Order: sequence, then C-alpha cells, then structure tokens
Amino acid sequence: MPASPPDTAPLLAMRGIVKRFPGVRALDGVDLEVRAGEVHCLLGQNGAGKSTLIKILSGAHQPDEGEVLLDGEPVRLATPTAAMRQGIATIYQELDLVDGLSVAENILLGHERATYGFTRRGESNRVAADLLRRLGHGEIPPTVEVGRLPPAAKQIVSMARALSHDARLIVMDEPSAALAHDEVANLFRIIREITAQGVAVVYISHRLEEIREIGDRVTVLKDGRTVAVGLPATTPTGRVVSLMTGRDVEYVFPPRPAPSGDRPEVLRVEGLTVPGVFADVSFSVRAGEIVGLAGLVGSGRSEILEAVYGARRASGRVLLDGRAVPPGSTTRAVRLGMGLAPEERKAQALLLDQSVTRNITLAGLTRFARAGWMDRRGEAAEAARLVETLDIRPPDPRRPVKTLSGGNQQKAVLARWLVERRRLLLLDEPTRGVDVGARAELYAVIRRLADEGVAVLLVSSEVPEVLGLADRVLVVREGRIVHEAPAVDLDEHRVLDLVMVSTNEESRVD
Amino acid sequence: MLTEATPTNVARKPFLGRIGEVPHLGLVAALVLLAIVGLVTRPENFATSSNLVSILALASTIGVITVGMTFVIIGGGIDLSVGAVMALSSVWATTLATQSYGPAVMILCAVLVGTGAGLVNGFLVSYGRMVPFIATLAMLVAARGLAQRMSGQRTQLVQQANSAIVELSTTRVLGLPLLVYVFALVVVLGWILLNRTTFGRRTYAVGGNPEAARLAGIDVRRHTMLLYGLSGLCCGIAAVLIMARTTTGSSTHGDLYELDAIAAVIIGGTLLSGGRGTIIGSILGLLIFTVITNLFILNGLNTSDQLIAKGLIIVVAVLMQRRGALTGT
Repeated sequence: MPASPPDTAPLLAMRGIVKRFPGVRALDGVDLEVRAGEVHCLLGQNGAGKSTLIKILSGAHQPDEGEVLLDGEPVRLATPTAAMRQGIATIYQELDLVDGLSVAENILLGHERATYGFTRRGESNRVAADLLRRLGHGEIPPTVEVGRLPPAAKQIVSMARALSHDARLIVMDEPSAALAHDEVANLFRIIREITAQGVAVVYISHRLEEIREIGDRVTVLKDGRTVAVGLPATTPTGRVVSLMTGRDVEYVFPPRPAPSGDRPEVLRVEGLTVPGVFADVSFSVRAGEIVGLAGLVGSGRSEILEAVYGARRASGRVLLDGRAVPPGSTTRAVRLGMGLAPEERKAQALLLDQSVTRNITLAGLTRFARAGWMDRRGEAAEAARLVETLDIRPPDPRRPVKTLSGGNQQKAVLARWLVERRRLLLLDEPTRGVDVGARAELYAVIRRLADEGVAVLLVSSEVPEVLGLADRVLVVREGRIVHEAPAVDLDEHRVLDLVMVSTNEESRVD
Repeated sequence: MLTEATPTNVARKPFLGRIGEVPHLGLVAALVLLAIVGLVTRPENFATSSNLVSILALASTIGVITVGMTFVIIGGGIDLSVGAVMALSSVWATTLATQSYGPAVMILCAVLVGTGAGLVNGFLVSYGRMVPFIATLAMLVAARGLAQRMSGQRTQLVQQANSAIVELSTTRVLGLPLLVYVFALVVVLGWILLNRTTFGRRTYAVGGNPEAARLAGIDVRRHTMLLYGLSGLCCGIAAVLIMARTTTGSSTHGDLYELDAIAAVIIGGTLLSGGRGTIIGSILGLLIFTVITNLFILNGLNTSDQLIAKGLIIVVAVLMQRRGALTGT
C-alpha cells in the first residue's frame, strides 16, 4: 500500500460538470477532485457516466456546464491535444496503439523526435527505452512492432506513451480488463511507482477488490451524478455498492403474470461454448417467459446471445421448438422465428439514412413481396400500424430513422420483429441510451410480447432492469452461468455480489 | 431540443425528395447548360437528329455497364473489371467456334461469360473475403489477358452470316438504333429491380449497414455475390452492343470504361461508401460525360482538354453534393 499522500491542494478539480446528449443527460452535476500522487478510483455502474466524464477530461467532449481546474486554475480542454498539453493522458480500454509501428514510434506518436521531418531514430529509441525502463520494463525492445506484443506489454507501451507527454494525470479505463492475474500485480507495481513520482492516476475498474488494493480514494457516480466524493478506499464494500445502486429514479416495471410451468419450452441451449469467451452454457426459455442474463460487460453475456442467434459460431446445441438451429447463419435463425435487437443500435441494427418504414420492414421484406416484387402500399400500411401500436414518436414512418430519439429508435428495432410473428426475441441492452420515460414504455412493450407467448432472452448491464423485467435470472461471470434463480428471489446486492466477486476471492470462500 | 427542431424541416422536404430530387435537379441543370453551350457554339451541328442519335448510341454501351456498377456501388462495393469483362465477352462471342452457332448463341455466350466473370468477382469478395478493389483489379488484368490470348490479339470480325447482331446498331425504330432501346430497357429493368423489389431493398441495406443487414437475417454474402454477377451480366449485354456498333470483338474494347462508369455513378450522387444512390442519377451523370465528349469533338478541341474538363466535373459534382448533404441533413 502506498502511503497516503499529504493533504495538498488538488491537482485536478472538476465542479458541477453537466453534459447533455440528444434525449439524455449523461452527466448531471459531477464533481471530482484528484490530488497529486494519488490513485483515485472512479466507480459506477454502466451508464453512470464514467466514460463521458473521462472523455471530458481527455478533451474528446466539451462539458455543457461546470468548470475544470488544474492546480486551481480554470482550464479549457478543447481538444485531446490541449488536454495532453496540460499533462492529462488517457489510456483507453481498447488501447489506441498503431500495430504496424514500432514500440518507440508508438510511444512518440504525434511528438516525434525529428529534424526537418526526418525522425532521429537512435534518439527516439533511446527515449523510448528510458521510459520503458522507468516503468520497470526495460526488456521490451523499442524497435519491435507493437502488433507482435502481448496485451500486457501493449499496456506498458500505452503507459510509456502517457509518460512521454510528461503527464501529471493519467486516466486508466479498465486497465486490468485484458490482463491475467499476475500481470495485474505488475500493473499495480507500476502504478505505485509512477504515483510515487508525483503523477496522479484516475483508475476505473469494475473489480471492487482491486480498488481496495490500489486506490487511495474513491468517487462514486450514479445516474450522471456524484454520490460520494473522495471517500477513503478502505470504505466497506457494502457501503460502496449501496452508493452505486441506491437510485433516485424508480423504474416502472409492468406486473408479472403468475408463473406457470406448463408452457412449452421454446429455446433450449446445451453446452454452448466459444473458446476463450464462454463455456458450457446451458439453459432454456419457455413461451411467454422473460429470462434475463445479468453480468458485467465482457462477461460473455452478449456473446451468448449472438451465438444463440447464429451471428457467432459456437459449439454445443441450440434448439428452437425442439428443432436444431444450425450454427453460423442469421438467415436461418430468422427463418426459424428468432429476432435480435443488438447491443449497438446504430452500428448493428439501423439503416440510419433510411426511413422508419424501411427499417421496420427490413427483416420481413418477403411478407410484402410476391416473386420479389414489393407491395409498397402493404408495407407502408404495416409500418404505420406498428408506429401507432408502439407509439413511435413523431408518428411519421417516412422520417429518416436517425432523426428519432434513442428510445424511439429502439422501438423501431423492436417493431422490426413484430412484422412477422417471432417465437424468440433476443434483446441486448434494450434500454441503453434511452431516457427514463421511454424505458417504462419499452418495458411494457416487452412484457406485452411475452404475454402474447413470445419467449424473451434479455441482456442488461443494469441489474434493476433485469430484476424488474425478467421472470428468471441467469448470472454470468467470466463466461459461465454461475447462478440461476427466479427474479423475485434476488435483490440488487446479491446479484452485484455474484457478478463482481473475483476469482481469487471466490477461491478464498471455497 | 434537437428532436423538436427537425420536423418542420422534414415536412417541407419529404424524405424521397431530399435524397432524390436535389442532386438530380443539379444534374439536369448541368445537362441543360451543356446543351445551351452546344447550341451556341455549334448551332448548325449540335441539335441535329444525327448528332443526338450518336450521343445516345455512344452512351448506350457504357450506360448498360453503369447500371450494373450502380448496383455494386450502392451495395458497398466497386467493380474495376467491367471494361475487361466486356472485352472478354466480346472476344468469346466472336470466336469462329461460337460464330458457327449463329447470332443467338453469340449473344447468349457474351451474356454468360460476363455473368460468369461477375460471379467469380462476387465469390472472391463475399466468400473469399477479398477487398472488392483487389478482387476486381485482379479480374481486370486476368480477363484482359484471357481476351488477348483467345483472340491472339487480333480483332475478330462479326461474320456476314451473323449480321443480325450488327442490325442492332443499323436498324432504326422511330429514328433511333435498336441498341438505344436495349439501353433504355436495361435502365428501366434496373430501376424496377432497385426500387420495387426485395432485391433492391436488400442492396441498400447491405451497402448502408452490412452488420445490421446480417443481423436482420439477410444473407449478405449471397447478396453481394449476386450484385457482382449482375454487374457481369450488364458487361455481357454491353459486349453485344459494342459488337453491334463496331462489328468486332476485341481484347481492346472497353479500355478504361470502368473509370467512366464509376465517374458517372459518383457524379449521379451515389455514395462510394454504399447505401445510397439512384439509377437515374447515374444515367444523368453518364449523359453529362457523353455530351461533353460530343461538344469537344464538334468544336474540334483535342482529347486532352476533354479529359481535364471531365476531371473538373467529377470534383465539382462531388463538392456540390457534399455541400447539399451537409445543409440537407
């Protein structure tokens, strides 16, 4: 444990930061205070606003309100370059290294040592080697291509790049996510060394026990607001978890029908495995039942959905109404009666430039076609009907779908699977980026579908959503289903415990 | 609020109008402007029926190819091999062996060779996961080479016995040679296929967001392969037209046609990144190109200046569309 740094004036202070996106208030008054030489942990559930806050800190986003102070002086971080010039470096989860360049070239990217545009390779390599040695990794050769390095070494290179800018504050977004256990220990050693040199680190992680180990203080975000500033890292886990989960906003969930065991099984999954992602996943979903998969980002829950849908090749068996679904073909999955609302609405589901109508009918074109010829009147009528049924606003099916708010876009994605009756709907983060009011409507739509006999498999990062909407919950951790229970028998604490408990802590319990 | 500000905007310009009308208006205006230039500089030659017929006949061959190219580009790809595939089709259809079966078989041969080459392109792109640029570049080089080999680099004449093919260019109905009607038919069929069928709808989806199309259950690979096959089919039809016009099959036919076709599609407002575009735009783009060529020839200017003018037109057209896109949405 590093010694607590002296109680000096903060290196960084962010006050009352507000950031709005169309339809959502991502940050709604966030405060953050980081001292020189400390490891400051930023905690919060998915969607709490952590990434938005980091992006403001790194100059990628501009706050709508609030101020950022460095050494007590207000600064404007207009661009990533400006932030870097102020000594703020950010290491993103998906490392932003150029695989085809050497280690030294990556470290000095953007501020190369050069004379009249000709790089001074010897000097560059020396500078890079010095930085790597300072990080205790002199063994990484500066001349090797970054693409050939293992993930842990890439992390070191990213950190060396941050230090090459004389960073006073390094933001690390889930640095341990891609690392094995002993590599995490090494990462912590490096973090201690650089903080001992007076550099401050803002550390983001889902793993609470890491925070106790490496952190000095903790700031907790919830629903875009700061709920605790600068707590000591020794604060009991239970208290931290309740800070993260206690909500101001109550979600409205539709009532559950009484459970009935006699409904037929629609989906049966047996021993589904994608090596390195998830293993031996087995479960079933009945008609009219909503089953929720709870787990962290990266736990394999979205991948399980994709594998069931055939969008990702997996071994094991998927049966729909008792019939085997061949792996690797979304076309077959759709023909057999599945539908998927994917995680990334814009990248994976929508034709943004095209009309709401065309987005709605995309998966069911054949219903409106005779020998390939589109019945455009029938298509428009059906789209108009669904826009009305789901109350998509504004109620004009000819509008380009990109002009709709997140919630209405999501309704359009759901509407796509109402054109032709589905047996099974796979919903991945159905309410991401959707504001509170629209959420309740989406919940009602999903429940109504289930009541009509559709089997629903739901993935959400938001535990209350899974608990409130699903009939049955499967907890996924590190690619395995570790717990299964009716939703009414679980609470948020219990699920978060199951989801976040680390492998070493678990072995201690065993 | 953002979502509140847009409706009036959209209500004024309906969706189809915003994407379709505005760029076409510019293209039609450009064509009218060129026609005025023609009338002013060559009043005695430009507006004659023989000149207008020759413009259309000239446009027909590349025009058919442009229709196929429009599909490929809207579908998110590119086909560099069109000129070479057309040459190969013309050579294959005019070998002594093929000619011995008569004109119908020659036409069938050209169409099959073109479609086959297109499907090979499509297979390499969709199932071989090759970048379209590379796969069709390879086809460009290889098809040209194969055409040279088959013909021994000699120009193959369409025999007297098969002059029915040549009649496509010599027979006139209502003053226009038959090949112009073939071109018009291809345009109409292409428009219907793109705008009125599930195939067309899927083409926009596959080009606009392949991942969304895949997750909506569309067989993206199969569709991509068919798009290149369609482009090849158009090359085969174009080969028949060029045999009719020149009475020959040759490995040198269609040199750089790929560039003219791509330029016409781009000028016509189709996004090179896929997902957006129209057949009508492409045809207008092509007509602009052809009229410019005609104007330069009528005025006795040299071909180098003509190339410079074409280059400028591509740049101006794309810049104007970019501005339209920025203000329009």
